[in-house]
Amino acid sequence: MSDDLQALIDSLPNLGSAVVVTLEMTIGGAALAMLVALVLGFGSRTRSLWVRGPSRVVIEFFRGTSLVVQIFWLFYVLPVFGFKMEALAVAIVALGLNYGAYAAEVVRGSIESVPTGQWEAATALNIGTFHKVRRVIFPQAWALMIPQLANLLIQLLKGSALAFYITLHDVYWWIDELQRDTRDTFFSYGVGLVIYFVIAYILTWGMNWAEERAKRRLGRGTRPRLRDVFGLKPGVPTEIARVKGGVA
Amino acid sequence: MNDDAIWNWDTAWDVLPALLRGLVVTIEATVVGMVIASILGLLIALAMRAPTRWVRAPLRFVVDFIRMTPLLVQLVFVWLLLVDVPPLVIGFGVLGVHYATYMSEVYRAGIEAVPRGQWEAATALNLPKGRTWRAVILPQAIRNTLPGLGNYAVSMFKETPYLFAITVVEMYQAAQQYGALNFSYIEPLTLVGVLFLLVSYPTSLLVRRMEARLA
Amino acid sequence: MTNASNGTPAIEFKDVVKRFGDNVVLDKLNFSVAKGDRVTLIGPSGSGKTTILRLLMTLEEANGGLILIDGDPYTHEYKGDKWVDIPEKRRREVRKRVGMVFQQFNLFPNMTVLENIIEAPIHVLGKSKAEAVQRAEELLEQVGMTDKRDFKTNQLSGGQQQRVAIARALAMDPEILLLDEVTSALDPEIVADVLGVLREIARTTDITMLLVTHEMQFARDVSNRVLMFDHGKIVEEADPETMFTNPGHERTQEFLKAVLGN
Repeated sequence: MSDDLQALIDSLPNLGSAVVVTLEMTIGGAALAMLVALVLGFGSRTRSLWVRGPSRVVIEFFRGTSLVVQIFWLFYVLPVFGFKMEALAVAIVALGLNYGAYAAEVVRGSIESVPTGQWEAATALNIGTFHKVRRVIFPQAWALMIPQLANLLIQLLKGSALAFYITLHDVYWWIDELQRDTRDTFFSYGVGLVIYFVIAYILTWGMNWAEERAKRRLGRGTRPRLRDVFGLKPGVPTEIARVKGGVA
Repeated sequence: MNDDAIWNWDTAWDVLPALLRGLVVTIEATVVGMVIASILGLLIALAMRAPTRWVRAPLRFVVDFIRMTPLLVQLVFVWLLLVDVPPLVIGFGVLGVHYATYMSEVYRAGIEAVPRGQWEAATALNLPKGRTWRAVILPQAIRNTLPGLGNYAVSMFKETPYLFAITVVEMYQAAQQYGALNFSYIEPLTLVGVLFLLVSYPTSLLVRRMEARLA
Repeated sequence: MTNASNGTPAIEFKDVVKRFGDNVVLDKLNFSVAKGDRVTLIGPSGSGKTTILRLLMTLEEANGGLILIDGDPYTHEYKGDKWVDIPEKRRREVRKRVGMVFQQFNLFPNMTVLENIIEAPIHVLGKSKAEAVQRAEELLEQVGMTDKRDFKTNQLSGGQQQRVAIARALAMDPEILLLDEVTSALDPEIVADVLGVLREIARTTDITMLLVTHEMQFARDVSNRVLMFDHGKIVEEADPETMFTNPGHERTQEFLKAVLGN
């Protein structure tokens, strides 16, 4: 056991950079996913079939083919066509596109859950479409989206462990190294899973805070109890990425 | 066939049988995994209704821990620990337990969605507690959980390629092996993607229809 | 027909057709409203009253005919024989002159009372913030909501929300104000407050008003003309006094009897 601890202490410097790589993938992937989600989410509810059709196809494509296949395809096959990306970029692009497709459904569902009266009131005030969405509709939809986006964020973090197999030195790589050094699977993987759990916990905490803030801005929030902020809310599956029903 | 072409149909035909064998393993893992997840998930959901916090709190922690850490790492962890167990069996078990934590939430929501009046009616009829659960609550709750179950089956199907990490020759691993042997990844990897799409898209359409019907 | 002052009507419907699927709601409807008129639309539900307001706010698309605001084509026009859409950009020019208050208030919950009122004046009319706030405060005073200026809309009662919604519509200085069953969603005891505010606006401004309401007494007080609709057609048109005391048409008599409950 003391050998284990010694190995753990020796590997701490590497842990810092490994966490950074995992966070880079998670934050970078989430940012790209959000961008993809906004484009496809709004695209899939426009009236023009020329926008809606391709948006739906792209969403179904990235949802339907596995993340594992996507990441390795980008890594092994894409270079054949002359696009060579760094491994980190491959991971971010794969995570961003895959979870972006799921998040697009969240965006679409939340936008649709904003009562039509809100659109109509904005029209009655002669507010232009872009401004209408940005100032009136999106802030309301945002509050509805956050819990599901939080869930996708955790899924994305978990998915990032794949990057180890495309040469990235992320947290999973660090676990693997520690296991080699200690020859103690239970210790190394146990510590490693705890690290993932702590990262996930902090991300969830941040999203809970964002949700409380968004609700408060709609005048619906109460002062959040500590339990609400620090507690882990039950997640919604990535597959059930549609908002059911409207807001009351 | 032109050797310079990026896509080679001969290679594609050559690899297809191996991929289809992999697909069978993939589907097997999904079915067994979902059976475990469905049963264990229900047990977790029921245990979470235990009257004492001494049961609920630790269970909550374990469920959150499993739910919020990577499936991939969990798979390899258990595989390294249990060297004598066949990898595919480990795959069944870890997929099943991981998804049981998701399914427990689906059951919880399904149970909570049963109207209060149903409990009250059962009390008014003086039904014993066990009978109330079996004959009144669970049948309705499980109906509510069917779309969730379907969605997770599709989701698990797409996560079975993680089993490559523990040497199970599912679809992705079959493609990988072929690619390494023949120095050609394009056809096998692309076909794997296509096969995933061919199975998961129609299935998720079915689930969505079921969802719409039950909503 | 109207107390027309300077010729061009504020609103004119020419052969307007509106269908929802197979259901013809408006069948070649013709009518006009002079500037400064206060017109109440009455009739059983499904008779097309609300559809008229929604067409005027471009919340619905007509299937035929012309809608003119101050003589300007609004949503569609004829190019030769072809009936064509008017693009959004030109619609917006005309829509500036029209405002609407909704049954369900539709205040923006992500904004405070004040922000609700100044949003469009600043971003649509291009007013300075100071100017918009000053006008908003005048309007809040007028509707008796000054003390709720910085509240979130969800913290207000229905009656309070509706008064803010009225102020929000007025802040755009509309020439035409559409009032769509503005008291239907309110508790009976606060209906009078909101109607009081509207009476005051009718008394102190010359805004053209088109209202759909079930408050017959209010319609009588405020409007100078009442149109009775049935199945998308005007079956009777009269001044309020005549319409409510001595209606000519059988359908009107039946309808008023049902509504007034005697």
